[in-house]
Amino acid sequence: MHLEPTMKQAVIRRSVRKFAEKRLAPAAVEMDRTGDFRWDIAEEMARLQYFGLEIPARYGGAGLDSVSAAIVIEEISRANAAVGLCVSVHNSVSAYPVYLFGSEEQRQRFLTPLAQGKKIGTFCLTEPNAGSDVSALETSAIREGEEYILNGNKIFVTNGGISGINLIFAKTKPAEKGKGFSVFIVESEREGLEKGPIEDLMGMRGNPVCPVSLRDCRVPSENLLGVEGDGLKIALSTLCGGRLGIAAQALGIAQASLDASIKYAKERHQFGKAISEFGAIQDFLAEVGTRIEAGRLLIYRACDLKEKGNNYTKESAMAKVYASEVAVDATRAGVQIHGGYGYTKAYPIERFYRDAKVCEIYEGTSEVQRMVIARSLLHG
Amino acid sequence: MKIIVPMKRVPDPDNVDKVKISSDGKRVSSEGLDWKPNPFDEYAVEAALRLVKDSGTDKTTGEVIVASIGPEEATHQVRWCLAMGADRGILVLGDDHELDASVVARALKKLVEKESPDLVLMGKQAVDGDSNQTAQILAGMLGWPQATFAGRIETPADLSRATVTREVDGGCATVTVKFPAVISVDVRIVTPQAVNNNMIPPDKLNRDGPRYASLTGIMKAKKKPMDRYTLEDLGVDTTQRVKTISFSQPPARSGGVILDTVGELVQRLKEEARVL
Ligand SMILES: Cc1cc2nc3c(=O)[nH]c(=O)nc-3n(C[C@H](O)[C@H](O)[C@H](O)COP(=O)(O)OP(=O)(O)OC[C@H]3O[C@@H](n4cnc5c(N)ncnc54)[C@H](O)[C@@H]3O)c2cc1C
Repeated sequence: MHLEPTMKQAVIRRSVRKFAEKRLAPAAVEMDRTGDFRWDIAEEMARLQYFGLEIPARYGGAGLDSVSAAIVIEEISRANAAVGLCVSVHNSVSAYPVYLFGSEEQRQRFLTPLAQGKKIGTFCLTEPNAGSDVSALETSAIREGEEYILNGNKIFVTNGGISGINLIFAKTKPAEKGKGFSVFIVESEREGLEKGPIEDLMGMRGNPVCPVSLRDCRVPSENLLGVEGDGLKIALSTLCGGRLGIAAQALGIAQASLDASIKYAKERHQFGKAISEFGAIQDFLAEVGTRIEAGRLLIYRACDLKEKGNNYTKESAMAKVYASEVAVDATRAGVQIHGGYGYTKAYPIERFYRDAKVCEIYEGTSEVQRMVIARSLLHG
Repeated sequence: MKIIVPMKRVPDPDNVDKVKISSDGKRVSSEGLDWKPNPFDEYAVEAALRLVKDSGTDKTTGEVIVASIGPEEATHQVRWCLAMGADRGILVLGDDHELDASVVARALKKLVEKESPDLVLMGKQAVDGDSNQTAQILAGMLGWPQATFAGRIETPADLSRATVTREVDGGCATVTVKFPAVISVDVRIVTPQAVNNNMIPPDKLNRDGPRYASLTGIMKAKKKPMDRYTLEDLGVDTTQRVKTISFSQPPARSGGVILDTVGELVQRLKEEARVL
């Protein structure tokens, strides 16, 4: 068992951290205030291959191992969680399934521009009446000759406002609950695909999350990912990897919070000494620091299983639920350590708190993760 | 065109509070420090890459070799420079306390004799010892022209010489050096238009500062060649010219005072600080 990062992983962490501190952190305040995405930053990240993390070089990706990919997402999220979300969703639930389930032709057409960052990807599963219960989705895809006609409403689409390529989950056999749905690769410019207004989010502001609706949107059958009826299989497999992305993101937010809290606790003096000398503050730091390390190990272990081709459903759910709860607790403690100043926008800690919360919700709520874990414990 | 960029690993300047001095005052302990390429050397790597590589098209008109003299762990910082885009690395093993500017310059001279580069492009100083000597000593030993503190470098398309704008007290001085030469760089060399080789159009994508390593660059760096030598292998005379008598911490900063008037400030700067 190797618990030390390789030299390559260490260099990746350093280089991404350097970029993130210099370019992403300064942009975070403005993105949070206005909610506007920064294309110039996305272009720079494309040049650094942050949009093709685990995609092989022949499709324009960086060909990283899973742990390295998690390190990249963690370091980006440590500086700017909204950008971390963009990179995490693009890589793990949009580009990666196209790589895993796409035909060679689909990889050439869709994966390469995704991996090169020329197109940003989305994953459109959630609907107004289908959240945790994926099987309830209503979007339909009716075959007509060599085309499918898509109709329905997708909501909460991360990267929606900036996407070029969208993975749309739709029912191809409306009668069959669960088994009857499929995944379509739908270009944003395709007629019948409409993007709604950007959500006014509590955190992760600057990531243009929006609804995507389909009105008689005609999609050629070459755009079907995998085969008809593969939808549930693709969704479950994809979310398994996606959870590692969200876990890495949560870890980055937690680490940012701890770093900021340590700095503040050393600087702030009360009762004639730095507040870092008070036991109560030290308890916060010790607890958060320990849990961050535990979360990091859970994530890397799940990544390692994935890398070796083993089943990692339980482990990725554990990593996701744990890391996202660490992020929420770490940022809550962080605000507390900052006292009243932590409740103002003078310090980034309140943003970290708002950013962290959603990690417990998307790509499967904490309650759903626990169901997945328990099912695996009970039924193997 | 072949360029050697010497690179020293230095403690991360953001870590200064971790620097400890041994009880006998003879050494600085490096325990627990983070290391990074000396910033000025990283600027030199960037300048070298801009001289011979077109980042837009992957076109290259020369080779950039990063050479470090330091402990085995400096491999890390050499790889970092390879990830930025340098072609190969050289590590000459040596412990920091065995090295001074003259030993380093002698080692570099041996590497120059081995590699016959057209240009040695280096940082003007390392931010640990801040000696600012190695480039000058090396150029002297080689009998090569030197241009120090370069803020701008322009070469004709045949890369036969360089016109260097040097940052000197009170302004800039422009000199032309014929290759082979030694050039040391200052921070302005990484401004977007500072390097012009009149062949590859100055890259519109250049931004302020040394480039960030792309993930592909990092992946490729692992496979790039890296030669290792000891000082003995190269036959370097290791006699040091500088003897360190002792290290001491700077005095702790005492609290500031807030003055009421500018007049009072001027008076105290004159009479107490004696800086006016
Ligand atoms: C910022 C943001 C970005 C998002 N990005 C995407 C995206 O890119 N693509 C996408 O498809 N979706 C996305 N989502 C949607 C997200 O995945 C869903 O919000 C999430 O899966 C929960 O669904 P829901 O909101 O409908 O909540 P519900 O499913 O209605 O859940 C409400 C509550 O009930 C609980 N609950 C539900 N069922 C059970 C049960 N069986 N047992 C116990 N408790 C249960 C839940 O845990 C939760 O606490 C995003 C959401 C947000 C906020």
